[in-house]
Amino acid sequence: MEETIYLDYAATTPVDERVLKFMLPFLNQTFGNPSSIHLFGQRAENAIEVARETVAGVLKCRPDEIIFTSCGSESDNLALRGVCFAMREKMNKNQILTSLAEHHAVSRTAGQMAELFGFDVEWLGVDEFGMVSPQTITRGINNKTALVSVMLANNEIGTINPISEISEICHKQGVFLHTDAVQAAAYLPLDVDVLGVDLLSLGGHKFYGPKGIGVLYVRKGTPIFPIQTGGSQEFGLRAGTQNVPYIVGFAEALRLTELEREKRTNHVKPMQDRIIGSVLENIPDTKLTGHLEHRLPNHCSFAFKGVDGNLLLTLLDSAGFACSSGSACKTGNPEPSEVMNLLQLPSEWGLGSLRITLGEATTIDEVEKFLANLPMLVSKARNLK
Amino acid sequence: MTKVVVAMSGGVDSSVAAVILKQQGYDVVGMMLRLWSEPGKEDSNRCCTPDAVALARRVAARLDIPFYVVDAKEIFHSTVVNYFLEEYLQGATPNPCLICNRTIRWKFLLEHALAMGADYMATGHYVRLRSKLEQKSDREAEEKIQLLRAIDRSKDQSYVLHVLNQEQLGRALFPVGDFPKDKIRKMAEDEGLPTASRPDSQDLCFLAGEDYRKFIKRNAPESLKPGDIVKRDGRILGQHQGLSFYTIGQRKGLGLAFAQPHYVLAKQIETNRLIVGLEDELGQNELTVENVHWIAGKPPDSICRVEVKIRYSAREAWAEISQLEGGNIRVKFDQPQRDIAVGQSAVFFDGDVVLGGGRIVANDCV
Repeated sequence: MEETIYLDYAATTPVDERVLKFMLPFLNQTFGNPSSIHLFGQRAENAIEVARETVAGVLKCRPDEIIFTSCGSESDNLALRGVCFAMREKMNKNQILTSLAEHHAVSRTAGQMAELFGFDVEWLGVDEFGMVSPQTITRGINNKTALVSVMLANNEIGTINPISEISEICHKQGVFLHTDAVQAAAYLPLDVDVLGVDLLSLGGHKFYGPKGIGVLYVRKGTPIFPIQTGGSQEFGLRAGTQNVPYIVGFAEALRLTELEREKRTNHVKPMQDRIIGSVLENIPDTKLTGHLEHRLPNHCSFAFKGVDGNLLLTLLDSAGFACSSGSACKTGNPEPSEVMNLLQLPSEWGLGSLRITLGEATTIDEVEKFLANLPMLVSKARNLK
Repeated sequence: MTKVVVAMSGGVDSSVAAVILKQQGYDVVGMMLRLWSEPGKEDSNRCCTPDAVALARRVAARLDIPFYVVDAKEIFHSTVVNYFLEEYLQGATPNPCLICNRTIRWKFLLEHALAMGADYMATGHYVRLRSKLEQKSDREAEEKIQLLRAIDRSKDQSYVLHVLNQEQLGRALFPVGDFPKDKIRKMAEDEGLPTASRPDSQDLCFLAGEDYRKFIKRNAPESLKPGDIVKRDGRILGQHQGLSFYTIGQRKGLGLAFAQPHYVLAKQIETNRLIVGLEDELGQNELTVENVHWIAGKPPDSICRVEVKIRYSAREAWAEISQLEGGNIRVKFDQPQRDIAVGQSAVFFDGDVVLGGGRIVANDCV
């Protein structure tokens, strides 16, 4: 097990040593409840507010537009449910515009809003690269639209959506736009004014922060209800005692990510090029999934004809390489993911997805070792099928 | 390090098999088959419910071994389930576990294990292996692997593994076959395995805990043509609901009102008749076996006195076997045997050694 090479940084990342050090005093020294009146509470509260400013600094927004949540999925839920319920209550709008290529935290939330709460969901189409085109937004918006939600970058296939163009259209129509930036945050700039978004979701563990902590950016003036009610923490939008050590860890990890963005990108990009080139050249019946250019710089994803993706992952793990099919499924129950279904691949390609995502600790030696093994393992998987 | 894939089921036996192999110093990997369930009944499939997968996963985590689930739904359905239904349509009584062991566990899964670089595959079956040198000539000896019954005869599962060949046995390990069942449970408890107190499995996994008749009703309703219940002389005694609803030797549920109980003797598929008779008519002295598989790769040279098992749960009975033309085997029992069902396997034993077996064809009572 010790020699296993980790190539699944899109699933999660290890906590940066510097971040870990930063967090530790908040577990047992500055441990107060941030809502308490006394000095213990004040110190904890201060830590949160400093963290909020740090995050706001990266997003180029006001600190009181940052809501700490428990994870990216919760942020997505708060954005969709919170805004849609408020828009229906206040403006009588009940349409949600989103796509099936979204993370389940968005697509299944939208699905439930339609099924149980009477909202209309308009499912946006995507092109063969999994990209949402601004034109489909123009066509989908109407005077009932409460919220548009389009992810910044896709977790399974790495495609980056033209969010700035989409936001322009939304704003011309006076419609609010949410983007799930959970997968994008490790490499893409998150300036909310450049992106033009009204809501933006983040999860700490995708950029060397801890798991169990997320952020939702909510632009001032966006109608939104809390979906978890109770105390008045987080400006009344998210009740519950704040997770102080994780909040400061999130902020420090995001600060470092912003600071080192270029360096980190330059570290992974050449290895991404090497993997994509080598796999397409050396393995027959292989396609790159997602966009070649508009994609996250650490993200490689492929479809192999006639391969059971789960089986390939098993063989890879056994050979010492930890990868993903893009959608985590450990049950051995092969169903092509919604995203793979949207890419217009012939059916014998749909299950054969493989995602390789690189990170800070990835070395070119590891990549070469992986590339030396992959063709043989793909052919094994094809023979077993 | 020698690598072994353990086929895990979430049950106590395969869990302890993994424990034993780990203690013996093997590089152990857990694998589990995702088998077919009727749509909507995935949660009740006995051996690969999400629950069973979670249990096996916890055992693997506790032993610190990797664990993978392999999808076998399609191949399981196209081989095992289809065979099961087909046999009932033919008026026979299938044993799907045999087909599963031959085509799924010891072929499909074994191929996966070998592709992962495993040297061996292990299961939690109660059987043993022994290697034996067979003299081919004065100069040459050939190594053969023998399949032996378990130390704990009450748990012996060699009946379902008589379908294995030398190649498969050469890759097989059966770590629990050397121990009595209570010792295995004790080991599971000592290891703190979450599966220690799980009850033994009984029914066919894809029946989801239901009577097989309900499954037949849903999946092969065409086999449920009502017809006559008759005596051997042709006298009509009543009506049956479809031959596949009855088992050879069955007494209850025939709907016959006579002073003496009647038993199912045979099913006549051509005439759709269920033949019944009195208890003393149940016994048979002989039967014929087709598609005979010999574990050693060929029939034994000398032995003609063997013990024969005609069902998984049947007691062994002494018999003489002789070869018919075309490879079929004729079995003559010392004492008449009850409940011989076409479609089940007759398995031959020489002491502890499993020689092989095949499918029972002729039911000579009619």
